[in-house]
Amino acid sequence: MAHAGALHDEDVMLPPPGREPGAGVYNEKLGMWVFLGSEVMFFTALIGTYIILRVAHPTAWKAPGVVLAVPITAINTFLLICSSVTMVKAFASVQDGNLSGLRKWLIATVLIGSTFVGVQVYEYRHLIEKGFVPSEGLYGSTFYTMTGFHGFHVTIGVICLIFVTWRAFQGRYSAKDYRGVEVIGLYWHFVDLVWIILFTIVYLI
Amino acid sequence: MATTIGHVDEVTLGGAEVHADTRSFVRKYVFSTDHKIIGIQFLIMSLIFLLLGGVLAMVIRWQLGFPKQPMPLGGVLPETMAPGGVVLPEFYNSLVTMHGTFMVFFAIMPLLVGVFGNYLIPLKIGAPDMAFPRINMASFWIAVPAGFLMLAGFFVEGGHAAAGWTSYAPLSERSDLSGVSMGQILWCISLIVLGLSSILGSFNYITTIINMRAPGMWWFRLPLSIWSLFVTAILVLLAMPILSGAIIMLLFDQTIGTHFFGPAQGGQPLLWQHLFWFFGHPEVYILILPAMGMASDIIANGARKPVFGYTSMVLAILGIGVLGWGVWGHHMFMSGMNPTLGTSFMISTMLIAVPSAIKVFNWLGTMWMGNIRFHVPMLHAIAFVSMFTIGGLSGIFMAATPVDIYIHDTYFIVAHLHYVLFGGSLFAIFAAVTFWYPKMFGRMMSPFWGRVHFFLTFIFYNLVFFPMHNLGLHGHMRRIYDPTQYDFLKPVQPINELISISAFLLFATQLIFATNFIVSWFKGAKAPENPWEDNGLEWTVPSPPPHGNFVSVPHVYRAPYEYSSPFVTEDFLPQNRELPEGVPSAAPHS
Amino acid sequence: MSWLLPHGASTFVGEIDWLYYLILWITGIAFVLVEVLLVWFMIRYRARPGRKATYYHGNTRFEIIWTSVTAVVVVIIGVLSAGRWNRIKGRDMVPPNATPIVIHAKQFEWLVTYPGADGALGSADDFQVRSQLHLVVGQPVSVLLTSEDAIHSFFIPAFRIKQDAVPGMNIRVWFQPTEVGEYELGCAELCGLGHYRMRATVTVHSREDFDRWARDRAALSVNK
Repeated sequence: MAHAGALHDEDVMLPPPGREPGAGVYNEKLGMWVFLGSEVMFFTALIGTYIILRVAHPTAWKAPGVVLAVPITAINTFLLICSSVTMVKAFASVQDGNLSGLRKWLIATVLIGSTFVGVQVYEYRHLIEKGFVPSEGLYGSTFYTMTGFHGFHVTIGVICLIFVTWRAFQGRYSAKDYRGVEVIGLYWHFVDLVWIILFTIVYLI
Repeated sequence: MATTIGHVDEVTLGGAEVHADTRSFVRKYVFSTDHKIIGIQFLIMSLIFLLLGGVLAMVIRWQLGFPKQPMPLGGVLPETMAPGGVVLPEFYNSLVTMHGTFMVFFAIMPLLVGVFGNYLIPLKIGAPDMAFPRINMASFWIAVPAGFLMLAGFFVEGGHAAAGWTSYAPLSERSDLSGVSMGQILWCISLIVLGLSSILGSFNYITTIINMRAPGMWWFRLPLSIWSLFVTAILVLLAMPILSGAIIMLLFDQTIGTHFFGPAQGGQPLLWQHLFWFFGHPEVYILILPAMGMASDIIANGARKPVFGYTSMVLAILGIGVLGWGVWGHHMFMSGMNPTLGTSFMISTMLIAVPSAIKVFNWLGTMWMGNIRFHVPMLHAIAFVSMFTIGGLSGIFMAATPVDIYIHDTYFIVAHLHYVLFGGSLFAIFAAVTFWYPKMFGRMMSPFWGRVHFFLTFIFYNLVFFPMHNLGLHGHMRRIYDPTQYDFLKPVQPINELISISAFLLFATQLIFATNFIVSWFKGAKAPENPWEDNGLEWTVPSPPPHGNFVSVPHVYRAPYEYSSPFVTEDFLPQNRELPEGVPSAAPHS
Repeated sequence: MSWLLPHGASTFVGEIDWLYYLILWITGIAFVLVEVLLVWFMIRYRARPGRKATYYHGNTRFEIIWTSVTAVVVVIIGVLSAGRWNRIKGRDMVPPNATPIVIHAKQFEWLVTYPGADGALGSADDFQVRSQLHLVVGQPVSVLLTSEDAIHSFFIPAFRIKQDAVPGMNIRVWFQPTEVGEYELGCAELCGLGHYRMRATVTVHSREDFDRWARDRAALSVNK
């Protein structure tokens, strides 16, 4: 998404020049914030459904830990939070012009993010073997739908992160233009935040 | 991803914008990132689906007008749909479902949002293109497979989805109840894909309008078409994901055995309705707001007069956008939800009548003391106002919960929705297509055939849909294959016949529009830069505009509807026309 | 092609029809006003050579007036609706002397369970009839509406009642017929292939005729 071969000297990290003042940030950043609004609504539909169904029919759920593996998922949660930290560090690096730091921290984020997905997949297989499947009542239905779509969003995030990392290795980002890094960072933090909410209401309550 | 020499894929910068376009035919017209081409691509796709939706309506009307009679040309349909040309009940249920689905999702919504959102936004705000041209291209090319998926449902075993465009569970999730399995699944997948296309488009529009307005294009100098497209884009952004979530849950109920909406293990059928209508009500404002905005532009142009109460019109658009989230339960008064909820939704629904009424009065106020030119777009825009008024007024009957007990799920509702969607949105679309056709294609549509099409459409349209109010008041239910099963409906069967014959004539009339559209593309009179003497920025560039739109960034000096200004001799004053030192740009006003 | 409602025969007709006609008057006046103004403006302000439009941006005072009038009118309609709605659909408004009936909607018929001579459901003398509703004139009836499969909707136009039947829910709907006669019940929610023929007859009897019918019927039909 970086503007390669810029024909103009303008600072691309600013809103489009020569226009009426808008949001005060460059287009890609505004675009990502707006897009995340749609993602909030999507998860609201899923999480809202879960809340409604659970309040109406609480006996369909088992107590925390009876079916789901809380300890390993807690560690996984911690990992995801760490990946947000590495993402912030990648962002700070490129802001400072530290390109090797950028590459290092991006790789770390990719690795931790992939691990998170891997652990989730492992957990799914384990649960399915135990007989806890999506058709297992309201519990199974809501668990798999919410965590599954979250996992899907994390996977998309990891793919985008790999793409951004590759571009970092190609030297496409600098202290003057790190839009791609900032924008994927926003998405990644959002995905992390959704997980913290999900972990709390699915695993701990 | 790679940039091409001589072409800037993402133009977020000011400065020189128009430049030679040296790309291949495929890059220029097929996989184009130019908002104008993408708008025209959506136009062609949507008009095809509009035609298809109309064909389905003709089959519905044949069956309703002449139940169980063999249909002319019905022999082309397979035995599973209409053996001997007689429509089967299961096919009838698919017909009503797919008519609604095609019209709402693949015709009206993309016509208003995909076509005019794309075409008008950058031009009317003075930008060279959208903020994200490649995402814009993706938005169209994702809509195309969604369309194919939706068409595919006609060819699978069990036939197409047959649970209504509203797809209520449990009927929609149990093939043992509906007789349909693959068709419902394809319906779900298609709409999920289309939702992605819409969401991509919406954040593009929002970013573009916020960040890329030309200097001087203050928020309160935006044309109402742009205000309405802006609020509509926000509604799309926030409402479509709810539908996607609901459809995903429905799809999982259908395929992997989840229990969201099936009562057997604690699921709730009403949950589907709440989710669907929480999306569905903002959706109907998505289907009307851009129509209202474009009608405002065209009425001001036709009347040669500023829009009456521009600020209130903006506030009404915002008000509709906000209030529209709080009324969804008025589709569910009979659903079995707590009656107290019914009362609260009744109140919110009554209130939302107010901003729509404001708009009608202000359109009248715009025409008052005007100097009205009855060009074809103006005819359609005036029809829009008068027909939308009927649709809006009929809504009051159903908002009053006790009356809704009687008219819910009858033809009174069908009349209402067609008055707002056809009488409202579609007339506005005819107005807008005719109005912006010269800018899009560099040619004028034939005014003579435009008038013939308008008058015949207006007459037949009212003959089709006005009597539906009376059918509904008589108790005629919706979505019933054969009304003559009921003794109490037999006396009104002649009305069904009248409606059907008028519908066939209405459909035939649209061939005039289609012919005018196609023939004018090649043979229409060449269009000047500003054939309607309009004030919008798009009329200050050639017809059609070059890639990049403006040779240099336009500067905006005034509000959008400065017609009949005392400060100039012409009766129009474009937004970017600079007046000599000391001459006011516009009258000071609130 | 009439804007009059067809003849009604329940105690709800008074409430609902009155409100309908009120709204018809109000919207009718608004309709005539808007359309007449529209046509008048089209004629009066059409473009003619040498004319110019008046350069006028709006009038806030007029806007406040017509907005307030609209708001007041819709609020009034809302208030008039709220009480009626509660009297008809309110969950605690079912008359205590109403005859209890169960109607179980299923593709594509209505299974009606009557309480029998003891007037109580769930007892041995209950009997079930397919797609026939038999009522006593002047006697309120309280229906427990259930569904076997899809969502159906219980609609008797002559009584101005409608209520969706939802699988997994027990929904109460009550009404009181006021005239002896034959009426029809139709399903008003798309429920599948046979939705269009999910019809039932509704017969309102005098008390004696109903008792005779019930006795004969109970002797014939299989108990639940």
